[in-house]
Amino acid sequence: MKTNDLILQTVTKVASPVIFLFSIYIFFGGHYSPGGGFVGGLLASGAIVLLLLSYDIKTVANILPIDYKLVVAIGLLIAALTGTGALVFDAPFMTHAYQYFDLPIIGHTSLHTAVLFDLGVYLVVIGVTMTIIQTIGESE
Amino acid sequence: MFEIVLQISLLCVSISMLGLLYRLIKGPTVPDRVVALDAMGINLIAIMALTSMLLDTTAYLEGILLLGILSFIGTVAFSKFIEKGEVIENDRDL
Repeated sequence: MKTNDLILQTVTKVASPVIFLFSIYIFFGGHYSPGGGFVGGLLASGAIVLLLLSYDIKTVANILPIDYKLVVAIGLLIAALTGTGALVFDAPFMTHAYQYFDLPIIGHTSLHTAVLFDLGVYLVVIGVTMTIIQTIGESE
Repeated sequence: MFEIVLQISLLCVSISMLGLLYRLIKGPTVPDRVVALDAMGINLIAIMALTSMLLDTTAYLEGILLLGILSFIGTVAFSKFIEKGEVIENDRDL
């Protein structure tokens, strides 16, 4: 039976960029306000789930040709490397550092290496969630 | 004065959530229950907004937007399950 999902698909086209933007906002705001890598990753996978709901697995695989198991591996690698990076500078494992920089457009900002660790968490959460949902959805 | 107004409105929203809970338990069909759950999500957003005003903090504002998004995705998933019997299709052109 063919169904007409025009309203759902149009709403998804408007809503999913907003959800992605909100997830990026929550990811970068995690140091000073509620949020962080975990919630941001869940929200980004929520946007992909919304795409999966209004289209199908094949269309979404065409839009986002990502192997989510690889995303988990890259995220774990980033998190582990930021931990071991402290050993290079003769500091204990998982020591983080920050410094203030004068960036062109943003101005005076503090860049912290904990953001890199959070990026690993973000990628792992997206990868695990999407792997679970896609393997359950693909089975006949 | 403003605090009393906030508490009265919290009470009203809580009573309306009790009504929705009645529909969620009693509701004769599945769509009744799904609509009740959706409206409960909206009421939860209202409760969170009123609480953040009562506690005089902006820490809940991200949570409000998050709950709105999650409630929308959940309702869409439930409606698709009721309509087609499966939530995520492999290939919709088949």
